[in-house]
Amino acid sequence: MTRVNYVEANGKVHAVEADAGMSAMEAAVKNAVPGIDGDCGGAAACATCHVYVDDAWIAKTGPAQDGLEKSMLEFAEDVRESSRLACQITLDERLDGLVLRLPEKQH
Amino acid sequence: MTALATALSAAEADSLPLDRIDVSRAELFERNIEGDYFRRLRREDPVHYCAESAYGPYWSITRYKDIMAVDTNHQVFSSEASLGGIIIEDGIQKSSNEGSIDLPNFIAMDPPRHDEQRKAVSPIVAPANLAKLEGVIRERICRTLDGLPVGETFDWVPAVSIELTTQMLATLFDFPFEERSKLTRWSDVATAEPGSGIVDSWEQRTSELMECAATFQGLWNERVKNPGMDLVSMLAHSPATRDMTPQNYLGNVLLLIVGGNDTTRNSMSGGVLALDRNPKEREKLYANPALIDSMVPEIIRWQTPLSHMRRTAIADAEVGGKTIRKGDKVVMWYISGNRDETAIDRPDDFIIDRERPRQHLSFGFGVHRCVGNRLAEMQLKILWEEIMKRFSRVEVMDEPVRVRSNFVRGYASMPVKLHAH
Repeated sequence: MTRVNYVEANGKVHAVEADAGMSAMEAAVKNAVPGIDGDCGGAAACATCHVYVDDAWIAKTGPAQDGLEKSMLEFAEDVRESSRLACQITLDERLDGLVLRLPEKQH
Repeated sequence: MTALATALSAAEADSLPLDRIDVSRAELFERNIEGDYFRRLRREDPVHYCAESAYGPYWSITRYKDIMAVDTNHQVFSSEASLGGIIIEDGIQKSSNEGSIDLPNFIAMDPPRHDEQRKAVSPIVAPANLAKLEGVIRERICRTLDGLPVGETFDWVPAVSIELTTQMLATLFDFPFEERSKLTRWSDVATAEPGSGIVDSWEQRTSELMECAATFQGLWNERVKNPGMDLVSMLAHSPATRDMTPQNYLGNVLLLIVGGNDTTRNSMSGGVLALDRNPKEREKLYANPALIDSMVPEIIRWQTPLSHMRRTAIADAEVGGKTIRKGDKVVMWYISGNRDETAIDRPDDFIIDRERPRQHLSFGFGVHRCVGNRLAEMQLKILWEEIMKRFSRVEVMDEPVRVRSNFVRGYASMPVKLHAH
């Protein structure tokens, strides 16, 4: 199990336990975390699971990957250094306790 | 359609030899029987090669997951206008037809040029701006609905669907409101070929589009000096677009007009038809109006207002076990992927409370995904909120007349009668 904390723009925290191997988008959708839509089902093809990785965790998740993830983030709102598509973050024990912050709205 | 006609069209689709199936025939869509052909292709030959058609040879991609694979692979499957662009018909996008003009626009470009130009217009449909637009959209929808006759038959398509989408375009461009019907005309002309009933020649098309160009050039000049929060001001001031050629500007303007016109228009009509045909879903909706949120994406899936998008392979690639060669024309049939029983539960049914209603192909996926998707959803949501306040039912009085097109999947007319609460 990997624990993930999703922090809404208004500060509300959703603590979720996910099976290893799941993506951070799937874990959010499965646990009805508001603000993560995941319309494309995890193909990095819609940019509706945009999150900001907390500073303390960015080294472990790594930055957005070249290719589709970066291209799709180009069209998201208020993109920062720490922006990722949650569907491209695979949860494992190294990420236990991960903190992901949600944007105001998914574009 | 009668039960007999339905059975006959299904038999026709099942009896043809596979290599003679050509799903690009516009009459299939006009007769509303394309589904029988796509069902057969998904079952027997989901990545299908058609050697001869009115548009030359082409591949049909019919399954959800294969469409997703092509749509997200823009390195191999190009949208470039010079290769044929984004619809099955090459001619309309090229200047090779005598008297025609080139209108470069970002949907028919590949990255990086696509990304730069798209980014210039995307702020208008960003969440913060949508919230600002909501009030004016609702006010205009209310005014239109309040002017409709109750208890008598009228055509929903011009009275509501065309009227509301035209108003929306005028708002987005800050176009002179009283002249807004010109926008609809230019949208029709931009996607028309000679002989379609809209224009008689390429020359006529070009001359009408030149008038559109002149009008929008005037708006550009005005907004260069006095910018507002509208699409023309954004194009005139963004570093990526302010030095565009006049033709590139007109191309992008027309893209935004066409993109916001036929699509939302036909989803506005399609929702009426879907609820009329599914009285149980209508009961569910009126019992729980909060279901509008999941009904709106279901309407967009069920209608699939654009049947396809086209790409051109710029390298050999394998899709669904078939080898597609460099230079081949590849058509992603969104209408088929949205009916794919291996990806969507009971795909032929209209179900307003699906668990994941946004998992559909109508907006495309990848870098060309519809830039106005949230705006479209917002318009439909407000429309249905206001319909439900006023009417207990929008009854469809006769079979709608469907558009004869393999691209725009929609309605030329739909007679309806409104029932008061």
